[in-house]
Amino acid sequence: MFVTLLKKRDFYAGGIMTLLGAGVTLNAMSYNTGTLMHMGPGMFPFILGMTLTFVGVLIFGTAVVTPLGEDERILPVNKEWLGWGCILAGPVFFIVLGHYFGMAAATFSCVFVSAMGDNQATVKSSALLAAFITVPGCFLFTYVLQLPFPLFRWAF
Amino acid sequence: MIGQAFTDLWYGFGVAFEPHNLMWCFIGVLVGNMVGVLPGMGPLATISILLPLTFGIKPVGAILMLAGVFYGAQYGGAICSILLNLPCHPPHAVTCLDGFPLTKQGRGGAALGITVISSFVGASWGITEMIFLSPILVSVALKFGPAEICSLMLLGLLAGSTLARGSPLKGVAMTICGLLIGIVGSDIETGTPRFTFGIPNLFDGVEIVALALGLFGIAEFMKSINQLSEVDTKYTSVKFKHLRPTRDEMRRAWPAMLRGTLIGSLCALIPGTGPTIASFISYATEKKISKTPEKFGTGMIEGVACPEASTHSSVQGDFIPTMSLGIPGDAVMALILGALMIQGIVPGPQLISEHPDIFWGLVASFWIGNIMLVVLNVPMIGIWVKLLTIPYR
Repeated sequence: MFVTLLKKRDFYAGGIMTLLGAGVTLNAMSYNTGTLMHMGPGMFPFILGMTLTFVGVLIFGTAVVTPLGEDERILPVNKEWLGWGCILAGPVFFIVLGHYFGMAAATFSCVFVSAMGDNQATVKSSALLAAFITVPGCFLFTYVLQLPFPLFRWAF
Repeated sequence: MIGQAFTDLWYGFGVAFEPHNLMWCFIGVLVGNMVGVLPGMGPLATISILLPLTFGIKPVGAILMLAGVFYGAQYGGAICSILLNLPCHPPHAVTCLDGFPLTKQGRGGAALGITVISSFVGASWGITEMIFLSPILVSVALKFGPAEICSLMLLGLLAGSTLARGSPLKGVAMTICGLLIGIVGSDIETGTPRFTFGIPNLFDGVEIVALALGLFGIAEFMKSINQLSEVDTKYTSVKFKHLRPTRDEMRRAWPAMLRGTLIGSLCALIPGTGPTIASFISYATEKKISKTPEKFGTGMIEGVACPEASTHSSVQGDFIPTMSLGIPGDAVMALILGALMIQGIVPGPQLISEHPDIFWGLVASFWIGNIMLVVLNVPMIGIWVKLLTIPYR
């Protein structure tokens, strides 16, 4: 019984929503809720948190009541761990390298890492793509839109 | 009131024909058409990527461009559905059913020709509807007080969450999550920082650009990476001269086009029902009233004309609740409202009277943009079809 429950999507969906709702409700109580006539800053989040907890419990309930679907699975059939990892790592690289080395290095590394997620990409093709994006990208943001973000820097 | 609408429209053309606005409109429809043709890139991901660029553009130009991407993508999406049988853009999924059999019979060009005509007919009706309905909505909107605006917001939130595909319960849960993200930052009344966890960047709230890129841009890429394999491009050599439909095909397509337009424009008025639902409803209707329903799915030109006209009239009509009431019909409309907010413009019933340049400029740019798209798609069809042979990974 409990093992089949663990395979259901709604089990996790409801669980996460309930936890989030409860967390928001608890956090909202640390602000001044005021009264219904004179609402404080905590009132609206408090109501939302309660509602979300309730809806989360309902979703959780549907997981308990309905039978396990035929092709129900938590993760998609093709698990592209490398691809997903690379896409998520791209922005992280952009933030870290952008902070220490400036926009040029950040853009290059972000595109390079994301492109490596493609299962047919090679180091050479990714590097070429990254170079082709970095040059017009830096031109656009630095000279045309004049973003206050230095092209190169050495911040240690 | 109709006279007033024409005066305003004339003013709108003045705004839309300003050279820089014309340029942004053209860039928008061109990019839209391109991402529509390419499998795997949707208007949603494109708009969320272009959103940061709109900081540097004036509000009118920014909105014209983003709107152009949206309706431009609808023109391109049909090419991909009909010639490759790839339903990569949801509103055109139903076009595959009869479009691809037509391609296999060698009538793919004619199907594309009919598509462009139906698209233009559908879009024109959608725009006309916007011109005449919006002033009526404005006169109502001027009487709006706090109670009405509150009910309107509740309607928008509930309609958006419960009419969408999938479980309504989860829709409500996601709406509440959205409201919670909106709470992050300083409270408007008292200035108390809420849910900021001591991070100063969060005091102004969550940046809409970051949110859009994360939810629609990155999520879209994670979903589509390494998913599509080689596509069959043996039917894709369509040239300008193949586009002309026969007299018989035209005669059968006309009534279907008009019916599709009507269904699409009705669907557009209900918040939460975007072009996808409109195209499926119209295909089902067309099949039901046809004398030969069993032939649908084997290459009926009606099965292409009706959903396409419906999609386009719904796409244009979708802008009515978005621009005049501030209720987005789907995620793309929500992003366009987001772009307005980035520019410091509050969407809602007052938008038309407070920013007539944006509203009427947008309406006028729809006409200009749709004519540009017909020009882009008819004589230059060969170029778009070439794009399909780029391998997609």
